[in-house]
Amino acid sequence: MSISVQNVTKTFGSFVALDNVSLEVPGGALLALLGPSGSGKTTLLRIISGLEVPDAGSILYKDEDVTGTSVRERNVGFVFQHYALFRHMTVFDNIGFGLRVRKRPKAEIRERVMQLLRLVQLEGYENSMPSQLSGGQRQRVALARALAAEPKVLLLDEPFGALDAKVRQELRTWLRRLHDEIHVTSVFVTHDQEEAFEVADRVVIMSKGKIEQVGSPAEIFEHPANPFVMDFLGNVNVFHGSIKGDRAAIDTLQVAMPGGSGDDAKAFVRSHELEIQRERNGRPALEADIVHINPARPVVKVRLHAKEFGVWLNVDVSWERYAELRLKGGDTVYVTPRNVRVFVHDFQI
Amino acid sequence: MADTMAEIAVEAALPRPLPPRAHEDPPWVRRTLIGLAILVMAVLVVVPLVNVFVEAFAGGVELYWQNLVGDPDTLHSIYLTLAVAPTAVILNTIFGLAAAWAIARFKFPGRAALTALIDLPFTVSPVVVGLFLLLLFGLQGVFGPWLREHDIRIVFAFPGLVLATCFVTFPVIARELIPLMEAIGSDEEVAAVSLGARPWQLFHLITLPSIKWGLLYGIILCNARAMGEFGAVFVVSGHIAGKTDTMPLRIEKLFQEYNLPGSFAVASVLAMLALVTLFVKTTLEWRTRRELEERKRLSAQGGEA
Repeated sequence: MSISVQNVTKTFGSFVALDNVSLEVPGGALLALLGPSGSGKTTLLRIISGLEVPDAGSILYKDEDVTGTSVRERNVGFVFQHYALFRHMTVFDNIGFGLRVRKRPKAEIRERVMQLLRLVQLEGYENSMPSQLSGGQRQRVALARALAAEPKVLLLDEPFGALDAKVRQELRTWLRRLHDEIHVTSVFVTHDQEEAFEVADRVVIMSKGKIEQVGSPAEIFEHPANPFVMDFLGNVNVFHGSIKGDRAAIDTLQVAMPGGSGDDAKAFVRSHELEIQRERNGRPALEADIVHINPARPVVKVRLHAKEFGVWLNVDVSWERYAELRLKGGDTVYVTPRNVRVFVHDFQI
Repeated sequence: MADTMAEIAVEAALPRPLPPRAHEDPPWVRRTLIGLAILVMAVLVVVPLVNVFVEAFAGGVELYWQNLVGDPDTLHSIYLTLAVAPTAVILNTIFGLAAAWAIARFKFPGRAALTALIDLPFTVSPVVVGLFLLLLFGLQGVFGPWLREHDIRIVFAFPGLVLATCFVTFPVIARELIPLMEAIGSDEEVAAVSLGARPWQLFHLITLPSIKWGLLYGIILCNARAMGEFGAVFVVSGHIAGKTDTMPLRIEKLFQEYNLPGSFAVASVLAMLALVTLFVKTTLEWRTRRELEERKRLSAQGGEA
């Protein structure tokens, strides 16, 4: 079932949590709301669920306007950040709760709960209490509980926020697989871009109560819509410069920039889009000293300082290239960009 | 060697002793204070309590029994207390739950005022409460003429006794539940609503099970206060022997009539009820505290795998 958010505004006192936000979630999609804290992503999720009522605007499930419908009637599955499992109930009763309050027959509840326990790989735990489970297991019980009454949409608030890194990684992969299996329209909130990009089909980047960009992970990564998105995605070097005619002058580099103009331009170059050379090779390059090398990653992270311009640079180098160049701290090298994105409008983080 | 190992193991299993505190008071100060506390407890609580039983049984068990069941007025006062107190407790359980729910779960204008008002019965003298009721429901009171027209008796009758007892013991249950419900929080309730629970299902499937020990504790305490209530009931009862005398009123009357064995016999029944209450209350307190700690521990380790 598709979800349509239309011109939704929500304020808490003088704080504007959502400012005229519109969003389409296609049926069967797995969509991530990504943004820093205070960007309004959780508020948007709670408004979609019905836990929160918007000041203005409307929410549609398919073609049905549910803005005035309470969360109780909407039949959504909501997974809370801290699970909110019923502590005095067994895993079985937790998962069956949504069916029990709908007065479904006992046999049907039993069958459905057992089926869900298989789905979340917790067979044999039906008589355990939540206190006897690990964090990851509790999260899966919360998910099974949300899915029990076959909700139209599944909403997850920072579903992996309270778990440690290893379990988080496992659950991400697992959630992706689960979604491929059951295909319920799902929206989850996260502040972790890696998580959003890895799990979701579509990513919505939010900041200060507004949507900055919507797209597939690849679209957003390849074509960030604005400086905020670029900067938020991180691993990026920022250069200041100006644009004259169809070229942007960024420090000593000149980049083709058709159609732009302005004195205050910012150029963004991702760490993996900078290349390190031992010698000048005719292409525009910055002279820089290697300050620090961090080889403890899939790629080697090199931090450099271009003294002449007072610019710090972060460059990702592949292991092969690192071995070939035999880089070490204090070396003077030449850094060339492969890809530069220039944004003229100023922005504030 | 083996001994040392065993000792280490034992030590590790025991909670570590508190480190000696440099700012601790000298031993004589501690001993004097503890001694004083014990003395005060003995003089004010233990001796009188023991004395009640000694006096009650001074004439032997047979006379004690005769004093209780032989006098129809005394017997009636016991029945009356056993009727008034539970009625007041049931009403206050309903009021207390409603008030605690409203205050712990909602933000509304006048919330602070309501919280303060709940404590009013604790700060007003019970005798004044009795006078309030008399002024409202007495023959010369505000509703007096209307009540007489419709032949409804409140003052000097059972409803008056319940009303007075309710008013005086009103804060007990609400006061117990408000902090408990605030500590538990509304996460589970919100989750239940999102799963489609209706208000009644929410209450009896989620809220009640999580506050049951605290609620029971409040009920026990409320019951103890209700059975012992004297001041407000004294004013509204009109102390008609065999009709509106509750146990505390009966004790006072017997005492005034120089029937000391009778008075102490009734007092001993109240004292026994108090001891039972104390025992149940302590057990419940221990259970509630343990459950809250368990909850805290659980939510603290919620993030662990």
